[in-house]
Amino acid sequence: MKPNPAATQVYLFATCVIDLFSPQSGLDVVDVLERLGVTVHFPESQTCCGQPGYTTGFPEEARRVAAAQLDLFPEPWPIIVPSGSCGGMLKHHWPKLFADDAARRAQAENIAARTYEFTDYVVNHLGLELPSGAAPIKVALHTSCSARREMNALPNGRAALAKLPGVELLVHDHESECCGFGGTFSVKHPEISAAMAADKLDAIKATGCDGFVSADCGCLLNLNLTLEKRQDALRGRHIATLIRERMAQGGTA
Amino acid sequence: MSAEAVTVRPEDFKLRSHEALHDAHLRSSFRGAMDFLIERRALQFPDLQAFERLRKMGEQVRQHALNHLPDLLETLEANLTARGVQVHWAETPEDANRIFLDIAQRHEASLMVKGKSMVSEEIELNHTMAAQDIECLETDMGEYILQLDGDRPSHIIMPAIHKTKQDVAEIFHEHINGAPLTDDVNELIGIGRQALREKFGAAKIGVSGVNFMVAETGTLVLVENEGNGRLCTTVPDVHIAITGIEKVVEKLEHVLPLYALLPKSATGQAVTTYLNIISGPRRDGEKDGPQEMHLVLLDNGRTQAYRETRYRATLQCIRCGACMNHCPVYTRVGGLSYGTTYPGPIGSIISPHLVGLESTRDLPTASSLCGACGEVCPVKIPIPDMLMKLREAGRHSVTESMTPPSQALVGQGTVRRLGEVLAWKGWRLLYSNAALYRLFAWLAPRLRWLTPPVQAGWTQSRAPLKPAPQSLRAMLAQRRRDGGG
Repeated sequence: MKPNPAATQVYLFATCVIDLFSPQSGLDVVDVLERLGVTVHFPESQTCCGQPGYTTGFPEEARRVAAAQLDLFPEPWPIIVPSGSCGGMLKHHWPKLFADDAARRAQAENIAARTYEFTDYVVNHLGLELPSGAAPIKVALHTSCSARREMNALPNGRAALAKLPGVELLVHDHESECCGFGGTFSVKHPEISAAMAADKLDAIKATGCDGFVSADCGCLLNLNLTLEKRQDALRGRHIATLIRERMAQGGTA
Repeated sequence: MSAEAVTVRPEDFKLRSHEALHDAHLRSSFRGAMDFLIERRALQFPDLQAFERLRKMGEQVRQHALNHLPDLLETLEANLTARGVQVHWAETPEDANRIFLDIAQRHEASLMVKGKSMVSEEIELNHTMAAQDIECLETDMGEYILQLDGDRPSHIIMPAIHKTKQDVAEIFHEHINGAPLTDDVNELIGIGRQALREKFGAAKIGVSGVNFMVAETGTLVLVENEGNGRLCTTVPDVHIAITGIEKVVEKLEHVLPLYALLPKSATGQAVTTYLNIISGPRRDGEKDGPQEMHLVLLDNGRTQAYRETRYRATLQCIRCGACMNHCPVYTRVGGLSYGTTYPGPIGSIISPHLVGLESTRDLPTASSLCGACGEVCPVKIPIPDMLMKLREAGRHSVTESMTPPSQALVGQGTVRRLGEVLAWKGWRLLYSNAALYRLFAWLAPRLRWLTPPVQAGWTQSRAPLKPAPQSLRAMLAQRRRDGGG
């Protein structure tokens, strides 16, 4: 394992979805980071990045929610976000939300500059590298659209999987296409959203994978709850969950 | 001659998209066609950095033109007038139709042949002329098929993409005298071309759209693949071009990057078959070309997008259709569902300016904001960002807006519903108050048994969203107590 002298302490901005709906993903993120030698700080007052209101046409509400997070990261540590679209919100949209407020904008820009999507951080900054030894497994990778376009998550996701010996990536048809979540889009246009999710899942299933991973819990909720309704046993997991599992199986060297 | 016209309205987006989603044939044909176009486009832009440089130039040319729009339009008018082109300004579709009718009546024209023009669709030219017993015949093959069938374009570049060759065979057999029933594509094109060919000579007036107008030289540029555009603009005695006021660029060389981007983005062609550079009517001593030439410049809501600088980028569009081809929503519901002249992502950000936010209320939300449209746009229009701004404008009056526009948009605030407003106020209250949220995060897992089994649209195709038995913060606290981490 490559030591990382630059930062041994990080903040975790876990996101509201992980906190309430997918906490195991958050726990796996913490575990992986710790196994890679990092001390993780979880500011207890964190809530949400504000993205749901922001994308639905309620930017003022989003601004108020985002403003409540600005004071939570006083130390100059990296901020790790285990969900690509929320990471994109901190990195690209918070500075815009506070465009008219110099003090807050400066805070937002400071935060944006040290915000990392989880996969990016473990691959490019912590030098994730596992020894071989764990059982072979075939997985598909779904990268959320915001994560891919705003956080460069596709190459990072693929790079992360490449660091896990025994994990074979199966590329599904229309891999770069949206899973149909899109926040409130999934409720405002449920039928179109459902058609997109169905196509995505059909493509993933057609690969014959053992399961799929993603670094975005919004997409995972959409896809997993669709699978549950379909009474299909396939499930998607957070990429951190897979990494943690491989670490436990193969040792962390 | 045409069958009863299909009328579609943006208000019916949900109904129409519901029907389209259940039309397996439409779904698979759109998917196939869009995949084909995506692949063809990708082959034209193998070097992403080169594409990025080129589209940056395209963006700059269009931004420059829009930032000098009033001046450039004046220069354009002066230079066109000097070349003998009569320039007409139309604020509304009604104004534009009146201009067409005046010219037609002056020339006692009963037939117009028309090249592909989305702006002529915008003003419903065909139907308005038909009401005055003037036939306005589409000569673009796709548009011709639709006109015969009384249908509407579902894509701005490939208008009849929703028709199969069998559909076309039946339409031709039914509407063209002596056309045999065949689904051989080449034979069908031959039948269509023959039927059209006879009309070019008979028409007094030729109508065309415009891709780029060059202010400095007073030139109209028209790109096309079928040659019908050249016929429409040169054979009849009178040529009337119609386009939107935003299509102007300053210099002839500004057309170069745009032309380098347009056919590649649209159809995956390096160049179009025809590039018409039109510099006025026939001059003394010239043997061909129209005797008289007009340009109709339509506003129809464009000045609203121009006036509010946050929406100005909307007008950068060069109508390539790449955003549609790459849109996962458009691919699934097809162009007709939108009920607007311009469908897909670009349509959802232009239409609210053309027809108001109220009737188009479901269009800005009909996007998962996946960003595919913005990524392929050859002039870098931030379409997802515009969609979000329009979502806000529909739900907030000027005074309620976080950053108010200089004037209300047409339909500003008309999508505002008390229930939604209260829901977001509640959300804000909960998520901007750490103590309240912590209480909520403590309660939610304990009350998960109260999770409603039906949750609006969400549970139509998904299991209910249910809080986990323990929140992350509770699990982390437990972990600390257990001595982990």
